[in-house]
Amino acid sequence: MRPALIVAQRELASYFATPVAYVFIVIFLILSGALTFTLGNFFARGQADLIPFFSFVPWLFLFLVPAITMRLWAEERRLGTIELLLTLPLAQWQAVLGKFLAAWAFCAIALALTFPLWITVNILGEPDNGVILAGYAGCLLVAGAYLAVGAAVSALTRNQVIAFVLAVAICFVFAAAGSPIVTEFLSARLPALAEAARALSVAERFSGFTRGVVALRDLVFFASFMGFFLFLNAVVLDHRKAD
Amino acid sequence: MAALIEIERLTKRFGSFTAVDDVSFAVDRGEVLGFLGPNGAGKSTTMRMIAGFMPPTAGTARICGADVVDRPVEAKRHLGYLPEGAPTYPEMTVAGFLRFVARIRGYRGGEAADRVAQAMRLTQLEGVRLQPIETLSKGFKRRVGLAQALLHDPPALVLDEPTDGLDPNQKHEVRALIRRMAPEKAIIISTHILEEVDAVCTRAVIIAGGRVVVDAPPRQLARDGRSLDEVFRELTLGAPPAPAPEAMEAA
Repeated sequence: MRPALIVAQRELASYFATPVAYVFIVIFLILSGALTFTLGNFFARGQADLIPFFSFVPWLFLFLVPAITMRLWAEERRLGTIELLLTLPLAQWQAVLGKFLAAWAFCAIALALTFPLWITVNILGEPDNGVILAGYAGCLLVAGAYLAVGAAVSALTRNQVIAFVLAVAICFVFAAAGSPIVTEFLSARLPALAEAARALSVAERFSGFTRGVVALRDLVFFASFMGFFLFLNAVVLDHRKAD
Repeated sequence: MAALIEIERLTKRFGSFTAVDDVSFAVDRGEVLGFLGPNGAGKSTTMRMIAGFMPPTAGTARICGADVVDRPVEAKRHLGYLPEGAPTYPEMTVAGFLRFVARIRGYRGGEAADRVAQAMRLTQLEGVRLQPIETLSKGFKRRVGLAQALLHDPPALVLDEPTDGLDPNQKHEVRALIRRMAPEKAIIISTHILEEVDAVCTRAVIIAGGRVVVDAPPRQLARDGRSLDEVFRELTLGAPPAPAPEAMEAA
């Protein structure tokens, strides 16, 4: 575990050594704030909660998370440092996990910086802070799920544009799987698949968190989702690292 | 006792193209093996397999008895490896980068600091220790790569073109460094500079088309008053048939 944490630490520091981190955080904060107050009707709703904010975050992550992950392995390939990293005495899964943890911690930092919204609702009214906390936890899990997908895709191709587009497409499938359009379409034709689509939907799982429900089965879902894609990442990396 | 680096029937195929074809040799303590060959002959591919970066199609390599395929982490622990082009993380400082490598290699606290200091001393990097690597010249970058490979004082060293991009003075220093380390280590260096082989190597292996065509001490190769340069050209271009078999005997 220790080598993975050392890799994560180095990786996270490298985000902040380049403008990538600052651009990402600023854009994320502007978009999440703007959407909450405009489309989300933050004031007009007359309720002190963060539901409008939480409803937009997964969709923002859909585009912003692949922007982080597209360079995850592609950058190492471009610089040739992948050869350095993978010839140091650490197991492949430790490198994969380390890079993932760094990206995840980075998303957590971006999320944490939305704290003025949380302060605002606490000044304006008396929100249920437990629900808000659950919502943040849900956001973090959605970010983790998208990161795992994006990281695996990034190991697949050295082209960053392809990595980005593919990651957005795959994440979108998991985000939209539970939406009424998809489930109604499927239940009219293939009822069995409709249930499966709902079960695999990241957005569907996330909605429970925004209501303040932290269910064990949702936690297990996110954990196994990330585990699966990280495993895929390690396998793909093993086969394509030298390409 | 087995040699520190053993390469056994190492083969790498990319599709129908065979990059490295049944290469075997062993390098023992005190030996500096110069690995020569034209571009595309399979030098870097061979070194990548020894370093555990590329899985071999067939055959294997052992570092201090640890098989790079079966026990990769242990093999990597005993090996210092400078990849082709000496890749490093450009945004990190020299000291920061070396500290990262030291920590991955399991050193902590004061010991890690000592290792980093020692590696910087050996490669004369103290003057730039706090500079981001991307601001350094090519020669310095190469030395950072070298420092990273030497940091844990490994018994086995594999250096892919360690003097590429260095000026004559720096080349001289790196060669002197390799000569100084030679008695306690098994070293493989790849190079295009034939004079380097004369200067530091105890043994020269020339590969062409993925196969070993010569494995002999440099002095033996250059006998009969021919320069190493001529021998290299003959062997790798498949030139005049007459002298070639003679060189093969030397292997």
